[in-house]
Amino acid sequence: MHLADLSAHQLAELIKKKEVSALEATEAALERVHAVDGDPGRLDGPADEVQKVHAFITVTDERARQQAKDIDARLAKGEVPGPLAGVPYTVKDIFAVKDVLTTAASRILSNFVAPYTATPVARMDAAGAVMLGKVNLDEFTYGSSTESTAYQPASRNPWNPAHVPGGSSGGSAAAVAAGEGALSLGTDTAGSIRQPAAFCGIVGMKPTYGRVSRYGLIAFGSSLDCPGPMARNVRDTALMLNAIAGPDPRDSTAAATPASDYTAALEEGVKGMRIGLSPDYDKITFFNAETGEIDSQPLPKEIADAVLRAADKLSDAGARIIENVPMPHTRYGIPAYFVISRVEAASNLHRFDGVKYGYRTALKPKDLRDLYRKTRAEGFGPQPKLRILMGMYVSAAQYSEQYYHRALQVRSLIRGDFDAAFDANGTHKLDALLTATTPTTAFPVGDIYGDSVLMQYADQLAVPANHAGVPAISLPAGLSGDKLPLGIQLVGPDFSEATLLRAARAYEATTESDAWRAERPQVLAGI
Amino acid sequence: MAEQISPDLFNHLVELAALELSAEDAEYLRDQMNKQLKSIEELAAIPIPEGTPSAAHGVPFPSELRAPLRKDTQVQAPEAADIQVGAPQTSDGYFVVPEIPHQDLD
Repeated sequence: MHLADLSAHQLAELIKKKEVSALEATEAALERVHAVDGDPGRLDGPADEVQKVHAFITVTDERARQQAKDIDARLAKGEVPGPLAGVPYTVKDIFAVKDVLTTAASRILSNFVAPYTATPVARMDAAGAVMLGKVNLDEFTYGSSTESTAYQPASRNPWNPAHVPGGSSGGSAAAVAAGEGALSLGTDTAGSIRQPAAFCGIVGMKPTYGRVSRYGLIAFGSSLDCPGPMARNVRDTALMLNAIAGPDPRDSTAAATPASDYTAALEEGVKGMRIGLSPDYDKITFFNAETGEIDSQPLPKEIADAVLRAADKLSDAGARIIENVPMPHTRYGIPAYFVISRVEAASNLHRFDGVKYGYRTALKPKDLRDLYRKTRAEGFGPQPKLRILMGMYVSAAQYSEQYYHRALQVRSLIRGDFDAAFDANGTHKLDALLTATTPTTAFPVGDIYGDSVLMQYADQLAVPANHAGVPAISLPAGLSGDKLPLGIQLVGPDFSEATLLRAARAYEATTESDAWRAERPQVLAGI
Repeated sequence: MAEQISPDLFNHLVELAALELSAEDAEYLRDQMNKQLKSIEELAAIPIPEGTPSAAHGVPFPSELRAPLRKDTQVQAPEAADIQVGAPQTSDGYFVVPEIPHQDLD
């Protein structure tokens, strides 16, 4: 097997035993990038290149080689340079990395070289992982397809480059699926790790809010943003979470309790676990622009069947499947998110003004206010502008009772659904809820982009976990008839990452001999 | 239903947001805002029980989960020059901006 296709834990083991050097692993990953990625995204680049993956904005190849050589030197001296020593990975370009271009996929940060490093990246460094570069995303993470990036061509789905990889961590998911690094650091505000993981056939985990520090993450929705791991299998996901989770004095919202060893109980199975299915996750509810009505439809059969197949497999493995768990506020996740996330985004985007860092208009402004206007008009793409305007409207004094405060109360109701489902003294006593991750498979490039309402509804099965703050993991669960990945999701109570990973691993183990597991993404044909 | 965001209200928001828009962008963004608001309108129909709290976070933050407050001590920041490297225009450690508009208050 090509080194680029090995899992992180296999690669780390070979490197630790010195059967493969960190530099060889890095070169193999860079060779894969060269083979499949095509041109990196760039400002004013063409949007219509469709054959390649285009995961990257910045390939940091020299930095990666140096990191790998340092690992090899430490190994040669008999040191153990960390549990991910020599494992190549990528970073969503929303995390600050010292001395590396950090763009948020926006023109307004197109010249921003970060003066410090985000905590999750520093922790990956400390674990010995080798950063290959920064990967593409929706501008400021605002989207579900990566198409809104100012850095074109946008990332494509390795299973079919005519389709989107999902988003906003689309570059991350595409890179991992195509073997451009075994791991990627993503962020999830409304499904931005899990939805692209599902679309690209990989594993992606949104940890509990506060489990992974947000220090150095360019903020979108500060009460919702969660950095998290993306990988090709569950063990790698657990290993990466081990590296990045834990308290951080630099982020006052990071949980102060120590993180567990997420690999410790990974193989202990699901015997006795209570896993729920909810009819409220069996349907998609969406805004019909033509009628102005909210329509509801059952999930596409292939996706619904994937969930039921997973329930059967988990049941065969010893879990108890609890049906008909009511989650009645699920459908309000998107409307509440439309309000809360826009208010937080508008607040967070005020700092980009052409004064302290980043882009400044080349026009000659007549005064400071004019400088702000021109810089922001030129620097932001349509999605950030839309979110700023919407956030300002729904939080304006005369409307905030009607919209913002109500949305925060709806968030309490959504949280209440999860509290009731996971209550150890309640009716259902769930360890995890099993759902589909997405209401569709990866949609064709251009199909939805531009319609901000329909795009948002791509996140409707993922966003309740963000409102509630609870952890959730998306797992590959087969391929559709047109060979696009299907994803399922397990959601658990606060800080239950170890249990979710254990259940995820049990499910993965039951599907290892399934025919779809042998299939490879289209872009790897002939490689 | 009438459009909630009229052109006048939209222009007011654009001013508050410190943006400038082409006519084409303004039309697209105003249209999208009105569509999003139709979707958000669903919130108004949700029965919210009396006393339902507003949740600033999903996860409750009891004191045992929170990091203790830092001591209020002065710590020298890293070289300001390193941070100012990325600034569009600086002079002697200051950020340079065009004239700040003055407005006489009534």
